[in-house]
Order: sequence, then C-alpha cells, then structure tokens
Amino acid sequence: MSQSCDIAAVCGGGILDVHGIPAARHETGSDSHMKHYSAFAVAREALRYHTGWERAWRSPEPKKRYDVVIVGAGGHGLATAYYLGKNYGIQNVAVIEKGWLGGGNTGRNTTIIRSNYLQDPSAAIYEKARGLYETMSQDLNYNVMFSPRGVMMLAQTQHEVRGYKRTAHANALQGVKTEWIGPERVKQLVPIINLHGPRYPVLGALWQERGGTARHDAVAWGYARACSAMGMDIIQQCEVTGVRSEAGQVVGVDTTKGPIDCGKLGIVVAGHSGQLAEMAGFRLPVEALALQALVSEPIKPCMDVVVMANTVHGYMSQSDKGEMVIGGGTDGFNNFTQRGSFHHIEETVRALNETFPMLSRLKMLRQWGGIVDMTGDRSPILSKTPLGGCFINCGWGTGGFKAIPGSGWGMAQLMATGHSPLTEAFSLDRFKEGRFIDESVAAGVAH
Amino acid sequence: MLILNCPYCGVDADETELAAGGEAHLKRFGPGSSDDELHDYLFTRENPKGVHLERWRHASGCGKWFHAARCTATLEVFGTYKAQVSGPPQEIRDAISAKRPGWSWREFS
Repeated sequence: MSQSCDIAAVCGGGILDVHGIPAARHETGSDSHMKHYSAFAVAREALRYHTGWERAWRSPEPKKRYDVVIVGAGGHGLATAYYLGKNYGIQNVAVIEKGWLGGGNTGRNTTIIRSNYLQDPSAAIYEKARGLYETMSQDLNYNVMFSPRGVMMLAQTQHEVRGYKRTAHANALQGVKTEWIGPERVKQLVPIINLHGPRYPVLGALWQERGGTARHDAVAWGYARACSAMGMDIIQQCEVTGVRSEAGQVVGVDTTKGPIDCGKLGIVVAGHSGQLAEMAGFRLPVEALALQALVSEPIKPCMDVVVMANTVHGYMSQSDKGEMVIGGGTDGFNNFTQRGSFHHIEETVRALNETFPMLSRLKMLRQWGGIVDMTGDRSPILSKTPLGGCFINCGWGTGGFKAIPGSGWGMAQLMATGHSPLTEAFSLDRFKEGRFIDESVAAGVAH
Repeated sequence: MLILNCPYCGVDADETELAAGGEAHLKRFGPGSSDDELHDYLFTRENPKGVHLERWRHASGCGKWFHAARCTATLEVFGTYKAQVSGPPQEIRDAISAKRPGWSWREFS
C-alpha cells in the first residue's frame, strides 16, 4: 500500500474531457487571461523570486446585469457556473457570495468522495461526480489533490451486512464498481483496526476502491479560477437581501452591493436555502442542522483508506499533512451557529477509539461545525422552483462535497436547457408525489 | 451544551437527557385534506434563523413531552412550556419580545 497514491491523481494526461465534451481552452476574448500552472511556471517564477504570480481570480464590482446569477460561491455554486460556461457557453455569469469563497460547508467537510449509493438517481449523480473528480486537476489546471485511496464502509451488525451486500448488488447493476469484503481483507487494508471491538465486531465492509478524498478548498479555488478566466464575476462579501420578480419571473436580486438584474437565478446556498427561498416567495422541505468535524494532531502515515463506521457512528481518514480527519453526527435540533454540541464529539471519538485503539492518546487540534440543509428523504433538491427562471440546488445535507462536480454538471444542464437527466429525480415536487429517494434508510446514517 | 428546564419535573435538563422533537404546533392534516396541506404538514418546515418554537422530550428524565422557545441563530433559550397548548402562552411571548422585539413565527408574535 502506498501512501503517495494522491500524487498519481494529478500526473495523468487528459486534455480532452472524457465525457465527450472538448475541454474549453478559455478563448473568451475578454481581459481575463489566465496563466497556466505547470512545473515550468514554478521554475520560471522561482527564478524571479515568485514575484510574478497573479491572483487566481479577479474580485470585480458587480455589473448591472448578468444572464445568470448564482447565489453562493461554494463548491456547488462555482461548479454550476463553471459548467454553464464550459458546456453551454453561458459566460455572462456572476457568482455572489455573502462571506468568502468556499468558506461554508465546502471548507468544513471531511472531503470524502464515494458513489456507493443504493438508489439509482443517487448513484448516477454521485458516480458522475466521482468520475469528474478523477480528471478535475487536469480539467481545471489546478491541483485538487484527488486521492482515490478507497472508501470502506464497515458492517458491524447483521443488518448492515445485508444492507451493504444489497448495495453492492445494486451498484453492480448501476455500473458503480464496489465490492463486499470480509474482515480479513478489512484488516489487510486497515492494519490499525480492531476487528473485535468491545461493542460491535467488524463483520466485513462495502469497499469502493475508486472512492477517496480531495483537497476541499482547492476544489472551490480551482473552479473559481476557471470561472474567472471565462470572464465570470465572482463577487464576495456581497449578501443577497431580496429577490425581485415580475409576473412570476425572476428579474434580479437586491444585494448589499446594490441591485443586480439577471435572466436566470440559481440559489445554491446550503444551510441558508430556506432564507433565500423565502425571499423568492416559496418554501422548502428543508431544515438546517449543525454537523461537526474535527482533526487530530498530525502523525506519521497509519491509514491510507477512508473508513466509515455507521453503526458506532464515526468516519475517519488521514490527511496528507498527517492529521486524522474525523466526522460524526448532526445535532437533533435546528441550528445556524456553525458549532454543535459537545456530546456528539464525545460519541464520535468514543466510537473511533473502540475501532482504532491507537487513537486513544491522540490530541485533537481543531473542531468546527457547518450548517447542513436536511430534506425529508435525506436526498438533495436540484429543481425548478415556483418562481420562473429561478432554480434551486440544496438539501445535500451531510454529504455534499463528494457530489460537487456532478451537481454542478446537472444543475448547469437544468438551468441552460430546462431539463437534466441527472437532476430529474431530485425535483422539488417529489415530496408531494411520493417519489422519495430514500437514502436515509438506504445509506445508514452518514452520507 | 443546551440546557432546558423541564416544565413538568422542574429539572434543568442538559441536552444529553433530552430528545429533540422538531417543529412545534403543527396542525395535523390527514384523510380528506388536499395534497398541498398534507405535503406541508409532512415536509415543509419554518426553519427560521431566529426565534423557533419546538418540541422536546425529557427522554432520560420524567419522559414528558414539552415545548421550548429558542433562537436558532444564537441558541438562546427564551423559555419552556407544557405540551397541552396549541401556541406559546403569553409569558413566553413576552419573554421572547423582551429579547427579540417585533418577532413573529407563523401566526404568533
């Protein structure tokens, strides 16, 4: 097992997009020339004491009008803008952000990427995303450190064994490569694991070899740089205070930097989706909860896969810096404070101590929370809304990071053409029609 | 750590003793209601960033369900009250008004 597997992800070739659409070379003719990052560029800049690097994206003042305004410069919002430009040539786009770019859940998650979902619509969009992650560093000319190190979901009860075997079969039919592995293989892949745990023994695992992690900030930065290079405006520290409409059609937004007109509006704001929806005049089947994560002090390489333990409830991977990156469960009550209750950390750390006894002496360095938007069936909403020209992408709940490129791809298609096979099943009216995509049962807890 | 006073047994219960029960004062729509009513009853929630009325159960205590008025933006608790009401009593409304003048939540203010 190699600890350097993440390097491989950024060394491959691939000028052409594997999904059939030629990679745009940013020939927009605007003033937004982007310098190519390469080993040669590093050498060139080293020779002039690194004085030649430019800002990765521009920070312009908003124009009066854009064809498309995206609210929310997190991963999903930026990816939506990027694929609008790249796949559909819609480049008169602004991405408006209340705080700073990638400062919400994009910078707060545990960076896990996998697509081993039970339901077909979920597997389709998450697998699309996982595939796009594989070539993202080349596509964006930005190292997102995608590391396909493998994701393992432990089965620690007979119920989970049956559930994951079922998922493995479903994945086989969906064309998502996963397999059921026994405890011996688990121990081989994760030598630090305790298979006989005091509460729950490890009975096997659902293993997705091509899952992994990526550098979460870099995903937002890479998309932002590519969007800016296409001439799109990324406007940070600009809060939307109202949505304007005429005859049931969106015409613009009011912001702390003044009114901005738009042809179409995309709301991609995670925890604050309900507030934006209220401005746009509709309501959402979404509630905001705090989800926490924490990291330990950095230690030598000890675990080169991602392990999720849903029965005892904790998940963990080791970052390239050596920190153990740990996630747990959400609070049970509505919360917008970006900090959660301490007993959830206690539960998570207790669970992981049982599973990985060597963790017991580790010091934890940082702990934080993000506001996740939870839907009734724990699946996202990518949909048209009751307001014409206004689209919403929300409800990713506890598992949005892994979906960023697929979500942006589908959302861009939906906004540009009015229909996307990737997002069709995730429409807002599925609750009324009883078409749930019930991953809360299918995926256990963490997803 | 959230601490709520149980209006039945009087204990200041911390969060590990309690189970969150979601939004309070939902009007139940069942057979005979319209699709929209049933949908809103089942799925649509106020989800405010601010004053929120919600249900809790003193699960590891006296076991009773009760209500709490709380701010989701600051976690400040305005007060708790018993379950057998269809809206917050006047003293709870006053306590909220003292801290959040001009507040409203559904039909309450």
